[in-house]
Amino acid sequence: MIETALAGLWYGFTVAFGPPFLLGFIPHNLMFCFIGVFVGNMVGVLPGMGPLATISILLPLTFGMKPVGAILMLGGVMYGAQYGGAICSILLNLPCHPPHAVTCLDGYPMTKQGRGGVALGLTVFASFVGASWGITEMVFLSPLLVKAALQFGPAEVCSLMLLGLLAGSTLARGSPLKGVAMTVLGLFLGSVGTDLETGSERYTFGMTELDDGIELIALALGLFGIAEFMNSVNQVAPINTKYTNVGLKDMRPSGAEFKRAFFPMWRGTIIGSLCSLIPGTGPTIASFVSYAAEKKISRHPEKFGTGLIEGVVCPEASTHSSVQGDFIPTMSLGIPGDAVMALLLGALMIQGIVPGPQLITQHPDIFWGLVASFWIGNIMLVLLNVPLIGIWVKMLAIPYKYLYPSAMFFVCIGVYAANNDFFQVGEVVVIGLFGYVLLRLGFHPAPILLGFVLGPRFEENFRRAMLISRGDIGVFVERPISAVFVALCILLIGSQIYFRLKGDKPRDLKPAGETKPVDIPRELSPQRVPATPAE
Amino acid sequence: MRPSHSTLRDLLAKRDFYAGGLMLLLGLGIALKGTTYRAGTLMHMGPGFLPTALGVVLVLIGIAIAAAALAPGESEGDESILPPHPQWWAWLCILMSPVCFIFFGRYFGMIPGTFMCVFVAALGDKGATWLSTIILSAIVTVFGVALFSYFLQVPMPVLTWRGGL
Repeated sequence: MIETALAGLWYGFTVAFGPPFLLGFIPHNLMFCFIGVFVGNMVGVLPGMGPLATISILLPLTFGMKPVGAILMLGGVMYGAQYGGAICSILLNLPCHPPHAVTCLDGYPMTKQGRGGVALGLTVFASFVGASWGITEMVFLSPLLVKAALQFGPAEVCSLMLLGLLAGSTLARGSPLKGVAMTVLGLFLGSVGTDLETGSERYTFGMTELDDGIELIALALGLFGIAEFMNSVNQVAPINTKYTNVGLKDMRPSGAEFKRAFFPMWRGTIIGSLCSLIPGTGPTIASFVSYAAEKKISRHPEKFGTGLIEGVVCPEASTHSSVQGDFIPTMSLGIPGDAVMALLLGALMIQGIVPGPQLITQHPDIFWGLVASFWIGNIMLVLLNVPLIGIWVKMLAIPYKYLYPSAMFFVCIGVYAANNDFFQVGEVVVIGLFGYVLLRLGFHPAPILLGFVLGPRFEENFRRAMLISRGDIGVFVERPISAVFVALCILLIGSQIYFRLKGDKPRDLKPAGETKPVDIPRELSPQRVPATPAE
Repeated sequence: MRPSHSTLRDLLAKRDFYAGGLMLLLGLGIALKGTTYRAGTLMHMGPGFLPTALGVVLVLIGIAIAAAALAPGESEGDESILPPHPQWWAWLCILMSPVCFIFFGRYFGMIPGTFMCVFVAALGDKGATWLSTIILSAIVTVFGVALFSYFLQVPMPVLTWRGGL
């Protein structure tokens, strides 16, 4: 088992470093990985531009590329953005991206004490530790999961998807009921277009452009591009760059500081990797849980929030370990844990690759190439982050009024380029407006994407399961593995109802972006950049 | 628990009431339209089966969300639907920007389409001046057309004239 995993990893490195070469010497795939992490790192710093919008904008550009290069680049954006987000939180007290909101609590006080550089340096190191652990987990766990998943029939696949969808919508953000509503809506949107089995069209209202279904890119850019711009326009305040002069020398931690950060780093890593194994609990929850845990076991919990290095490295390590771990169910089972993963799966599907347990055997270059690129990409990020922090922080000075109109162009041309059709650009307007209405009504649109990507496969497997069982719905509880998944679903719903009746959500699991965050003061809610950063 | 004092007016002020209502209407629409497609049997499902079922589920969730808004003491639902400073003009600009891209792109080509797309979007910002907007649009147009038309070969005429609007 271990040998095959290591052989796979070795193969992955040959894919990442291998031909075709550009200009005779630049490895093609490595370059796309670099572009991905570079762009990701940059947008991670910019407020109002999340990895979701960036990946959707880059997605149309990958159509002409080979699948390996495309997925390496898009994956790079995802974890690259995590490194960038920490910079924003620590130096500027801006929780641009939800997973890093908790890092502000101790990161910004450290910056005010003039130790921002140390915080950043240790964060980069902790991130690398967390990510490496996540990747190792992926190398050894994925083949095991695949082995189990290959035994699954349509009934098991179906109930596993149901579990993934339920977890993704109830554990993520906001009210669980609203999350489920969004998932159902996403499943429905996925069914628009020609029905694969009977060939009859559904919900197209006579528009032939809708026969192929709603365009994934239009949906993603409408929900996370246009709706988000409408949310932030004229709301983003200029940024206080008082503490942002961080040199290379400032980033070197002293021996004592390093020693202090060492164990919290590992605790965060472990918590993050555990969180990533539960479907639906992404990096945001991982970082909050680890911060809470670190505070609980600390000998002086009252000092948290005043600039403790533990409060910075623990959640950051946790975030990164969880981000890499999230790729495990996505790549080995074809069940994405959150919207970003759903988008990456969508990118693979556009390339004609069917996600699922057969992916590793049918496309080993994609799987192992991706794993190898994670390591290379993370090393690149560590090297990039050190000299580039200054430049990224300067980029923050670009006012939003220049940022969003330019992004609008990328949205339009990206959606157009997907099919060379103006109809999809029209789709993006409608979806954007609808997405903003949903945002204002307190819905988080991310589960829509999850449902949308999984919808067609869910329907296909559901139909097949029903056909095999001759229309007996009991098949889902009669087959033992499927029954376990169904039981977990019921447990999930039951616990949600229980906490609801108790009038309290599980405190530790409550991430930012809600109306009542745990420890985070209200103005730190990642949805909106605070009007004036504290001090 | 004492009965709630929520009158109709209180209810109409609750955001979740509208949230649930929207889901209910959407679900109703989906389910009603779904019944026009063949539902089939459980064993041989027709195209209408799953969407109709999803519509029904959405109706039920919508009712649950709206009902939760009725419960007293839930502060979560009290937030108003409009943000504190509604940006009608900016919202209109953002939504009109792709519309301009479609119109100018289709009839006049990528350069006018890009320029108008950025121009209209940029007008939405409070601090926008004519000059800054035009300069920004011009810069994005130059780089955008170079990147997408010449480098990435997006098949869209750079400049064209399609008469007979």
